[in-house]
Amino acid sequence: MRIAVCIKQVPDTDARLRVAKDGCWIDEDDLPFAINEGDEVALEEALQIAEKHGAEVVVVSLGPERVREALRKALALGAARAVHLRHEAFAGGDAIATGRALAAVVRREQCELVLTGSQSDDNGYGATGTIVAGLLDWPHAWLVMGVELEEGLKTLKVTREMESGLSEVVRLSLPAVLEVQAGLNHPRYASLKGIMSAKKKEIAELSPGDLGLTESEVGRSGSRLEVLSVAFPESSAGAQILSGEGAAGELVSKLKNEARVI
Amino acid sequence: MAKVYAVVQHREGKIHRMAWETVTAAQQLAALSGGQAAAVVLGSGVAGLAAELAAWDLESVRVIDHPRLADYTPGGYVAALAALVALEHPEILLFPHTYQTVEYMPRLALAASAAIVPEAFSFEPDGAGGLLWKRPILEGKLYARVRAKGAGPILVSLQSGAFSADARRPGQAPVATVEVDLASAATWREILGVKEMGGERVDLSKAEIIVAIGRGVGGADKMGPVEELARVLKAELGASRPVIDSGWLPRDRQIGSSGQTVAPKLYLAFGISGAIQHLVGMKGATCIVAVNKDAGAPIFKVANYGIVGDLHEVIPALLAALKAE
Repeated sequence: MRIAVCIKQVPDTDARLRVAKDGCWIDEDDLPFAINEGDEVALEEALQIAEKHGAEVVVVSLGPERVREALRKALALGAARAVHLRHEAFAGGDAIATGRALAAVVRREQCELVLTGSQSDDNGYGATGTIVAGLLDWPHAWLVMGVELEEGLKTLKVTREMESGLSEVVRLSLPAVLEVQAGLNHPRYASLKGIMSAKKKEIAELSPGDLGLTESEVGRSGSRLEVLSVAFPESSAGAQILSGEGAAGELVSKLKNEARVI
Repeated sequence: MAKVYAVVQHREGKIHRMAWETVTAAQQLAALSGGQAAAVVLGSGVAGLAAELAAWDLESVRVIDHPRLADYTPGGYVAALAALVALEHPEILLFPHTYQTVEYMPRLALAASAAIVPEAFSFEPDGAGGLLWKRPILEGKLYARVRAKGAGPILVSLQSGAFSADARRPGQAPVATVEVDLASAATWREILGVKEMGGERVDLSKAEIIVAIGRGVGGADKMGPVEELARVLKAELGASRPVIDSGWLPRDRQIGSSGQTVAPKLYLAFGISGAIQHLVGMKGATCIVAVNKDAGAPIFKVANYGIVGDLHEVIPALLAALKAE
């Protein structure tokens, strides 16, 4: 079996953000990046399945040059190969355009299972993995909290989170797409040996043409959603900010005398 | 003359709270564009729900009643709604942004050649006959103004709480049954069962004071001062999702859309950035205190008092100040 894991490199959770000059995205200069949390969990799940049942894990990511670092890390963690969709035409896509490119990779690589995070920490569409499933006409599940490959490796028992503290157990037949939720597992750290061996592993760069797609089908031009601008929320009322050395003392006194809650 | 459909989510005979928010949004959007708002309810034996919806100011309540829709499955829902779109050509379909709709909306978008706008919290005219939507990005630290392009309907899921359920206008709407053929609808899954996740042992909804921690606390081994603060304040401990997922606190301490909803008189948030999934669970608190290293964290927008700083320094200072009182 071959498993594709779609990962996205996103700004680090603690990164200081600034709006870029064109106003359409954040300024990426000097911005620290990391693998999207849900995608790291997806990779861990794929590696565990591979260790248990035997499978090849191919990690796929779309994005500029910096994304190589994320792919290199995934290879160090145990993925066998990587595919990098670096071509400029892939950039700026919505979930539909990005999903189209990823689905084409999955088809080309003849994978039977796709794992990815439920949503990215940057755009947060929560839709890309589902688009991949839709384009391949495969079953999928979103917000996956448990994965069990059933005997014969033809079906999966999947626990997915529902609203109000409930979860649902469903059976999907392979091939399938699973969009996992953080908390499903605890991702491993890369070993020194893993880091060394990653240097020898292949990162293949594929263009839209390599995937049988035209440039107008992917990225910004293949999208149905156009981002006009991004901004910080208008600072309305907001908190009364206390600062300086006496801040803690001032807070306690305000909670007691002003808000009267302690 | 936009035709706006609000797709109504329900479970066990009850309309989802957020579905009413969707009805409000559909009414407002129809008024803005001089169009018509309708509600859509799909399921099996949903006449009662349709009657409930008929008491609001809607052009109609469209009902798709089919045995294959008795339980939610992406296959059934996508086939039914795609058939409805093909028959009636609504321009905009509004959904509550829930775990259920997020799972099937993208597939419906493919089946109906539609654009998707996930988690919108407001809309306005774009000046060219279209609409601009605002949606959160980067975990709510920023928002994006987006617009759908190309031909075909637009599927929009609405952020929890962005529209007020109470603002929906009452009225009288005719109920219209829509027949769809689901014989060839895909069966993408077999439902094996539903279970409680972890079971809620601690009822945080009754707590007067909650000390809540986020990812910023940094690890299970760094909880000592937080626990002491909770003891001193006679508070319950709560947490945002990343803390629970990391196993630093048990799941019954989780506050937010996938955890408990709380409304204490005092809520102290340490190292919580304030993603919308957390905010919906605690914004009803009377007094909110936020301590975070990032001055731009969205939690400061809902807080009454804030300290920009490292919680590992602020908590000991708070403990000292409380003891000095």
